[in-house]
Amino acid sequence: MTETILLVVVVVTALGFDFTNGFHDTGNAMATSIATRALKPKTAVLLSGTLNLVGAFLSLAVAATIAKGIVDAGMVSLEVVLAGLVGGIVWNLVTWLLGIPSSSSHALVGGIVGAVLVAAGTDGVLWGGLVSKVMLPALIAPVLAVGVGALGTWFVARLTRGIPQDTTSRAFRWGQIGSASLVSLAHGTNDAQKSMGIILLALIAGGAVPEDSGVPFWVVLACALAMGLGTYLGGWRVIRTLGKGLVEIDSRQGMAAETSSAAVILLSSHFGYSLSTTHVATGSILGSGVGMPGAVVRWGVARRMLTAWVVTLPAAGAVGAACYGIDQLVGGAAGSFTVFGILLVAAFTIWRLSRRTPVDSANVNDEWDDDAASAQVAEAVAEHDVSALAIDDGRVPVGAAAGQTAGPTAGNGRSAA
Amino acid sequence: MSEYIDLDALARVVVAAVVVGAGLPALFALGVRMLASRTVAVPGAGAGAEDAEAGAAAAPRPAPWRTVVAGACFAVIVGAIVLGIWFIAAGGH
Repeated sequence: MTETILLVVVVVTALGFDFTNGFHDTGNAMATSIATRALKPKTAVLLSGTLNLVGAFLSLAVAATIAKGIVDAGMVSLEVVLAGLVGGIVWNLVTWLLGIPSSSSHALVGGIVGAVLVAAGTDGVLWGGLVSKVMLPALIAPVLAVGVGALGTWFVARLTRGIPQDTTSRAFRWGQIGSASLVSLAHGTNDAQKSMGIILLALIAGGAVPEDSGVPFWVVLACALAMGLGTYLGGWRVIRTLGKGLVEIDSRQGMAAETSSAAVILLSSHFGYSLSTTHVATGSILGSGVGMPGAVVRWGVARRMLTAWVVTLPAAGAVGAACYGIDQLVGGAAGSFTVFGILLVAAFTIWRLSRRTPVDSANVNDEWDDDAASAQVAEAVAEHDVSALAIDDGRVPVGAAAGQTAGPTAGNGRSAA
Repeated sequence: MSEYIDLDALARVVVAAVVVGAGLPALFALGVRMLASRTVAVPGAGAGAEDAEAGAAAAPRPAPWRTVVAGACFAVIVGAIVLGIWFIAAGGH
């Protein structure tokens, strides 16, 4: 009986990760279209959410075992998966709170690696796999995307020189919508399958389905819905950073950036070299600022993102490791329930923090105020100890708790996990 | 280094990504340029172009060959999109 409940907890947590994944990555596809007003914010997230949903049904070819070739497969127990998921979710939420686009898959891999480190020591991690499958691609993806995005933007700027802006805007907005849709579709297919893979793994480990089972339809449906819903709710904070913070973008840049993203993502996986959607999308947008003569690129924002990318693996790993440690310390099913409880508390805390400076579809396109943004990040860096955030539930901010009624304001329901 | 990285695959990714990822926006821009009114299409028409355009609000339809070139550009792009969707659906991703 407890075994069944444990399985349910893991499945629910995996769906929660799937949700934050969609939620966190909306900006990869739609930030530029929202920033240039090619689409209304709500329309953009609806389109992206729908395409993510459709994308999740398109293919089940990958549904790969997560972290395959990165950790010793024999070490991946339900507890490890749960701790890894919690690490991934918490890091996704923290970076969302800071408005930093960071890779969801890195967060997940980091969480699982952290949990495995505690479970099995350094021998449980295949370090060569970690370097070749995670770290090097993370270096290559943004560099390549910046180059392609910059080159594409430069061509476009050259070729449209002298054409009045309203003519180019009209045309390029359509190009933007098309290319952004492709990115959304690819994201749905690619990332929803990761969660499907995890759930399948859990079901097999729990003995609910035979070992050679394919992905049950309800898993596909649930992952597709969670991803689509997450995308639709929109990680407005991340969208804002990508669309307004990094580069001041026009529709020509947006079109070039999204095309670069779609091309790099699809081609790299075609050649067996999967790159993080987030790294590619961010790099492309940065590139569209580099390639456009006279465009403003906020290198400070870019630097913060790079820092977050470097920190992602160890930070999510620390949370994953802490959660696994707690799980073992408490022991048995109660340990896993404790970890799940910690996740709920952490998610709720982060959501409350986010209500201090809400970002939603109404103010996502406001002028970017660099000072305010740096202050926010500085504060956040000061409380960078994520595992403390996850474990110490006593730190629900007084200001947030007292200053606001728990309003149903355009809620983002992050505690849906 | 090369034990961690498949340089061959990487090289192909780089070349293909540059050709497709930068080439398609360029094609699109070319298509837009072809359909834009003729007055501003003079190569090297620098800063004065906007002023020229202002007077040509009711610009004549673009010459047929320009429409054909633009159509070809957009056709290639649509083809690439279809290919992309097919690729996603085929599970290459």
